[in-house]
Amino acid sequence: MARIAGIDLPKNKRGEIGLTYIYGIGRSLAQQILDKAEISYDKKVSEWNDDELAAIRGIINNMKVEGALRSEVQMNIKRLMDIGCYRGIRHRIGLPLRGQSTKNNARTRKGRKKTVANKKKATK
Amino acid sequence: MSRSLKKGPYIYYKLEKRAQEAQESGKKTTIKTWSRASMISPDFVGLTIAVHNGNKFVPVYITENMVGHRLGEFAPTRIFRGHAGQKDKGKK
Repeated sequence: MARIAGIDLPKNKRGEIGLTYIYGIGRSLAQQILDKAEISYDKKVSEWNDDELAAIRGIINNMKVEGALRSEVQMNIKRLMDIGCYRGIRHRIGLPLRGQSTKNNARTRKGRKKTVANKKKATK
Repeated sequence: MSRSLKKGPYIYYKLEKRAQEAQESGKKTTIKTWSRASMISPDFVGLTIAVHNGNKFVPVYITENMVGHRLGEFAPTRIFRGHAGQKDKGKK
């Protein structure tokens, strides 16, 4: 069982994919890490030996992942909210920040649909 | 270095001058401006700038965190008071 940055990696996935289970590591960063450690992308996580695991751990130790990264993101959002700028206000009321339309959709930010009782339908 | 960085931040020249004068003379007067696109430079910290929102001037006290943002980000141009019949959720 490979445990990196407080996360259990899936045993039987390719190393390139397995690393992406860590928050803050996507495909390209996973590839960079494996390149640096000189491990094939195709090697399964369970096939890494202790040296390779140590090499990967060493590389990831110098990066901001998981908790530290999450808290950094939260700090950035909090800063925006504290200074009261437009993006901060949008964060506060849970609407999209980048000028997207909110007449329809925008459900990622707005959450599940809230049906309004007796809302008048447009009549033709 | 990208081209936009090379060109430097945009600050309306009159506003920049006014801000400098205010900083030198011990400040305290608010500066009215229509220039919402001007970037907040480190020289502005501590000043109060009244930014036009299309209707009136919104006073904005500049803190260190705001440097690098645009003035307009702090003076909302639209007011949304909630939908008709919406219950107040006790926010604010």
